[in-house]
Amino acid sequence: MVPISPARPAWRFVKPSVIPGFGITLGLAVTYLTLIVLIPLAALAIRSMALGPAEFWRLATDARTVDALWTSFGSSLIAALVNVVFGVIVAWVLVRYSFRGRRLLDAIVDLPFALPTAVAGIALSTLYGPKGWLGEPLGLIGIKVAYAPAGIVVALIFIGLPFVVRTVQPVLEELEQELEEAAATLGANRLQTITRVLLPRLAPAILTGFALAFARAVGEYGSVIFIASNIPYKSEIAPLLIVIRLQEFNEPAAAAIGMVMLVISFVMLLIINLIQAWARKRYGDV
Amino acid sequence: MAMYEADVAVYDSRRPDEAPDAHSRPTSEPAWVKWTLIGIAVVFLAALLVLPLVTVLVQAFSKGIGVFWGAFTEPAGAAAIRLTLLVAAIAVPLNLVFGVCAAWAIAKYQFWGKSFLTTLIDIPFSVSPVVSGMVYVLLFGANSVLYPWLQAWHLQIVFAVPGIVLATIFVTFPFVARELIPLMQDQGSQDEEAALSLGATGWQTFWRVTLPNIKWGLLYGVLLCNARAMGEFGAVSVISGHIRGKTNTMPLHIELLFDSYNFAGAFAMASLLAMLALVTLILKTILEFRYGDELAGTRRH
Amino acid sequence: MNIRIDHVLKEFSRYPALDDVSLDIKSGELIALLGPSGSGKTTLLRLIAGLERPTAGRIFFGDEDASGKSVQERNVGFVFQAYALFRNMTVLENVSFGLKVRPRATRPAGSEIRKRAMELLELVQLGGFEKRYPQQLSGGQRQRVALARALAIEPRMLLLDEPFGALDAQVRKELRKWLRELHEKTGHTTVFVTHDQEEALELADRLVVMSRGKIEQVGSPDTIYDAPLNPFVFGFIGESSSLPVEVEANELWVGGRAIGLGAADAPKGHAQLYFRPHDVELVTEGTALAGVVVASRRVGGTRRVELEIGGNAERVEIDLPFDHPAGEKSRIAFKPKRWRLYSGA
Repeated sequence: MVPISPARPAWRFVKPSVIPGFGITLGLAVTYLTLIVLIPLAALAIRSMALGPAEFWRLATDARTVDALWTSFGSSLIAALVNVVFGVIVAWVLVRYSFRGRRLLDAIVDLPFALPTAVAGIALSTLYGPKGWLGEPLGLIGIKVAYAPAGIVVALIFIGLPFVVRTVQPVLEELEQELEEAAATLGANRLQTITRVLLPRLAPAILTGFALAFARAVGEYGSVIFIASNIPYKSEIAPLLIVIRLQEFNEPAAAAIGMVMLVISFVMLLIINLIQAWARKRYGDV
Repeated sequence: MAMYEADVAVYDSRRPDEAPDAHSRPTSEPAWVKWTLIGIAVVFLAALLVLPLVTVLVQAFSKGIGVFWGAFTEPAGAAAIRLTLLVAAIAVPLNLVFGVCAAWAIAKYQFWGKSFLTTLIDIPFSVSPVVSGMVYVLLFGANSVLYPWLQAWHLQIVFAVPGIVLATIFVTFPFVARELIPLMQDQGSQDEEAALSLGATGWQTFWRVTLPNIKWGLLYGVLLCNARAMGEFGAVSVISGHIRGKTNTMPLHIELLFDSYNFAGAFAMASLLAMLALVTLILKTILEFRYGDELAGTRRH
Repeated sequence: MNIRIDHVLKEFSRYPALDDVSLDIKSGELIALLGPSGSGKTTLLRLIAGLERPTAGRIFFGDEDASGKSVQERNVGFVFQAYALFRNMTVLENVSFGLKVRPRATRPAGSEIRKRAMELLELVQLGGFEKRYPQQLSGGQRQRVALARALAIEPRMLLLDEPFGALDAQVRKELRKWLRELHEKTGHTTVFVTHDQEEALELADRLVVMSRGKIEQVGSPDTIYDAPLNPFVFGFIGESSSLPVEVEANELWVGGRAIGLGAADAPKGHAQLYFRPHDVELVTEGTALAGVVVASRRVGGTRRVELEIGGNAERVEIDLPFDHPAGEKSRIAFKPKRWRLYSGA
């Protein structure tokens, strides 16, 4: 008896569907994407590569560039860490407790997302400036915020906060009450329950929030340049350096720095996707 | 969420402190911990978010209503407002159409490269605004390959309005799509298949079946897209050339005023954008509150 | 460890989930809290565990008043309906959890903890599974891990909240048998909540039938089944048919006709007659209940027919042998072999 094997279907680009419109919608979407996003990004890549590896390296590792990248990275790291600490507290408070004004607080967490960066920039620089409502008292105890490195961090904390809160919040909301009850029946006190049962469950969301806040902060421009003193080699962020190079008509240098930042963005995007894939594998779906 | 039968019908286990009985639940923190945490959260949010907002409003009116109003009526200011509105009026609808097309293709079909496409759509979201603007300078600027061709056709993109529009489209590119894709994926294709089986054409199905299903998600995406389009600074700053009265959007004009020490004027213009932000927040909250199930991933960014 | 529940009241915003409930649970018994949704059975279980506090009343473990103790202090083993296993820990870590979180003074050494956890996994027949994660286990396996985890802390009692609710029928049957064996081996006082009366009748030493926050009856499975105290219990346990009757001259009357059942001690007046469909005998002569067949269906090895009694639209169901020739509109005369009478219908 010769075994009959079922006919293998030929490979198709798209699974056949009764719903019309695939060609036109995909076509329009891909064309738009290519024209608006891919070609311009390709232009950046081509220009950078046209410099040749040696020149590219020289521009990318120029002392001022490296300092600017350090400033951007360092401030973003600190800001993202602060956001993790306070963001988790805010998310916890919003999900677990009820108090007057909770809904208002919940809504306002999204403010940095809706407020233009320039508006945030001038507001923060005035508020934390030498005569500002917060800047003045802080100045009296010796803490300079505006026109000091701390100012950059404050601005980056501002724009990164919603990323942590909004990533952790849904996970907290979905945590079953029974987990904590189970830990309690097994004898764990509140602190043990939180550290051994809850935080590990929140870890992927916290990591993702951190990565998102960090990635956003590294590229931030508008809210930082007003509050920073923007002194080269000291408090100059990488995006500002790009703008300065462009104003100097030094496109190669701008392209090199921009390429470095683009690569970093992609790496961050990749890391975030990996975190989420790992979490999905480990915990089912989180 | 633990809801045990109807024993506890009015009880929401997510908020242990709302439990109507007065005793503290065994799985909640002592009261002092709770109120300390609330205190920390409130102080943090007030100092970080509320105070800057209040600062904008207070500073805007610091030199009186006359100066406040003058900021908008003054020619360069009025031009900035007009330009901002124009840019948003072009960028938002274009991204809307794209978002709907992309969501339709991704949600209703299975095709090779689908998740790759979704990742590509997310790119502008993770790129620095300055880089977003710079890519257009490299593409259309004086040193680019296209420049001679543009000159021949008397087309000015960089340091002109078209460039601003392009850069704005770039940075607000994913907003509508990001909102619609998960929403339409959640909703599935059954409604559309039903409509087709009843004899509707593709267009009819879209207008009469799909669109009503996604309308709140669409509105939500448009809101966010618009807020970002009007407020974008970094990308526009790079490509606009900062020509006062001509290529300054509102955020750029704010920068101009602020740098010229015209603080009241800068904040007056800023207060307009802050109002827009508040309206966006309010509408967003209302949409999430009323139509939560019809919005996908309402809390994602 | 015997448990005494003393006049407990539990209110959730003026809605009493438990209304003056008192119960004595004997040490070492396997007792079921049985009832429909909203009966308060889970609330009672959670009160014993300390996951809720009573609005009024007290709970004693042995001679000790446990009402004021926190859930951690009570040392009860609780198994949740959805298992509540810790997803970020392996099976071994889950089972060891209760021992690892003990204060230093009472915490065993790491190797001792591991040994005990492994023994428990053997006990629940999950010997090779210690490195797996809960997501990799089937429902029945997860349930056993949850049980092992609760046993690890050497609890004074075991509390199970609908332990088999989320499993399919075959797995449920196996686990029921297994739980009974485990109980015989370990001897813990075990309280479990269920809405499945078959499960309760099969497993428990005693049943507590509850409805709307009150205890309707407490007793052994036989007592509950054969001597239900009120219509609710009769109807909830096993199948039932009922009929309004008149008690007159020490006999029962339906529609003005005697039906051949004597009622020596019953008070005169209205009452409700309850019997089980399979507990009837067909009668060809003498006084009996007579009815007309209006519907009939095959149920397993018998025929279930619906009869209209006395022309007054009272309907009852009885079981006939499957080859009985009755068809629609046939007249059938029968008498219940075993029945209960509840007055004041």
